[in-house]
Amino acid sequence: MVGEIALSGVGKRYENPQGETVAALYGVDLRIEPGSFVSLIGPSGCGKSTMLRLIAGLIAPDEGTLTLDGARLSKPGSDRGFMFQEHTLFPWLSIYENVAFGLRARGIYHADEVQALLRLVGLEGFEKYYPHQLSGGMCQRAALARALAGRPKVLLLDEPLGALDAFTRMNIQDELLRIWREQRMTMVMVTHDVDEAVYLSDQIVVMTPRPGRITRIVPVKLAHPRARSSDDFLHCRAEVLRLLDFGGVVQEPDYYL
Amino acid sequence: MKTWKSILPLIAAVAVLAVTCAVPDSAAHPSAKRPYFALLVVGVALLAAAAFLLGLIRPGFRARYAEKAPFLSGLLTFLCILNLLTAKMATLPVLYFPSLDRVFGVLIEDAPFLGACLLYSLRIQLTGWICGAAAGCLTGVAIGFSRRVRYWVYPLVRVLGPIPSTAWVPLVLVSFPTMVSASAFLIALAVWFPTTILTSSGIASIPNAYFEAAATLGASGRYTILRVGIPAAMPSMFIGLFNGTTASFITLITAEMLGAKYGIGWYINWQKDMMAYANVYAGLIVMSVSCYGMITLLFRVRDRLLVWQKGVIKW
Repeated sequence: MVGEIALSGVGKRYENPQGETVAALYGVDLRIEPGSFVSLIGPSGCGKSTMLRLIAGLIAPDEGTLTLDGARLSKPGSDRGFMFQEHTLFPWLSIYENVAFGLRARGIYHADEVQALLRLVGLEGFEKYYPHQLSGGMCQRAALARALAGRPKVLLLDEPLGALDAFTRMNIQDELLRIWREQRMTMVMVTHDVDEAVYLSDQIVVMTPRPGRITRIVPVKLAHPRARSSDDFLHCRAEVLRLLDFGGVVQEPDYYL
Repeated sequence: MKTWKSILPLIAAVAVLAVTCAVPDSAAHPSAKRPYFALLVVGVALLAAAAFLLGLIRPGFRARYAEKAPFLSGLLTFLCILNLLTAKMATLPVLYFPSLDRVFGVLIEDAPFLGACLLYSLRIQLTGWICGAAAGCLTGVAIGFSRRVRYWVYPLVRVLGPIPSTAWVPLVLVSFPTMVSASAFLIALAVWFPTTILTSSGIASIPNAYFEAAATLGASGRYTILRVGIPAAMPSMFIGLFNGTTASFITLITAEMLGAKYGIGWYINWQKDMMAYANVYAGLIVMSVSCYGMITLLFRVRDRLLVWQKGVIKW
């Protein structure tokens, strides 16, 4: 199976407005199994979006290497699809043309593939509409179809459901799971919603800031479909929350025995 | 309610006609060959009657017409007052405010000559506009996407652009062989500057996310510029073209007044020198209609191309 991502000693520094150097990521080692669903979760500044963008090739690491199936990653490419937080659909193109954009750009356009993708995300019949005419949820579905066009090995999702209401979010989560089980590509999702992470992923990578690093990787060994209120679900959720609470300063106990 | 509104222009036209016929012409004004104003009002009355009758049959038309009806009636009233002030009572100075009969008379009797002047001006205007718009778009895109071009060319744009094109007249007159080409160049210059600035700043303000999205979809650099950069910058580009178009009108008239031997600007100036103000107003009317037509055309094209944009400037 394809889509194995490996990070080795990855580091990324930024200069903040005060001129100091901030380590967004430091000494990150991670191996993502091909075909798995991994969530990156953590408080702001922990480097989860930075890590996602490094995998996408939108930024370059200062230290360390990233590889996809053994090949070094340096630039963005169509083997890694990306879903943004704002749908970022091209407003001058119809939904159909938006989804077909990547295919046309690479010269591999087929009408059936675009139609199939629209059917997959439930947007059949909306081909001629423009993004400004559709709701946020529908636009994110179109963005998902666009990212899936051209069959990327890896799908990277940068908090794609953060701007949506709770019901639309749950619907699209189920759709993501359905698409993932059908196509079995590697999925890496950045989220700040613990429930979303536990519901969707095989593994949850919990991160902390200053410097950005991985605290722990929590495996989620629950069968799909997962009940959002089952004991196992809540147990896993509690563990992640506990890890996140310890993400900052270590609490000194009030007394010692 | 709507029916009442749509009969308004007809009532106004009939009233204006009545006033025009009832009040005698003042002796101070030289008489026109025919009572053109009265004839115009008769024509408008007939059209208003037809529109009213059509509105009775088709409600969609009636709604649209009823919306415009008060404005049309107001316009007719205004013309009536103007006619009273000029032809009937000679309140306004006779020399500078000729009667509407005489103005319309010039429009109708001198139509061939006015038409020829207009065509001459249009030729210069369109040549200059097309060259200026093309150059502006190209320069803007180059500055927007190439750091090297920006480094060398942008300072030149910022220094040369703001100079009013008519200030270039002395230089242009010796550099270009004919008056036509010189005027066309001045117009091109007037269109080029706002188009360049707004195109390049339109490109600079494209959200980076669009380029990132295109990159993750596998688009090459050139494909991204053509299929993402330029469409995203088009709203700004059109604002630049709009500014350039209005600037080109000013430049055309000034260029003609400075040395042309033909054209609508030259015509207005020549008639003014001869104190024939009826002809001046006729020329102004011709110019107003053609300028309005050109800007409307520009916006129609924009509405077609930018169907996704709700419109920053509404025309």
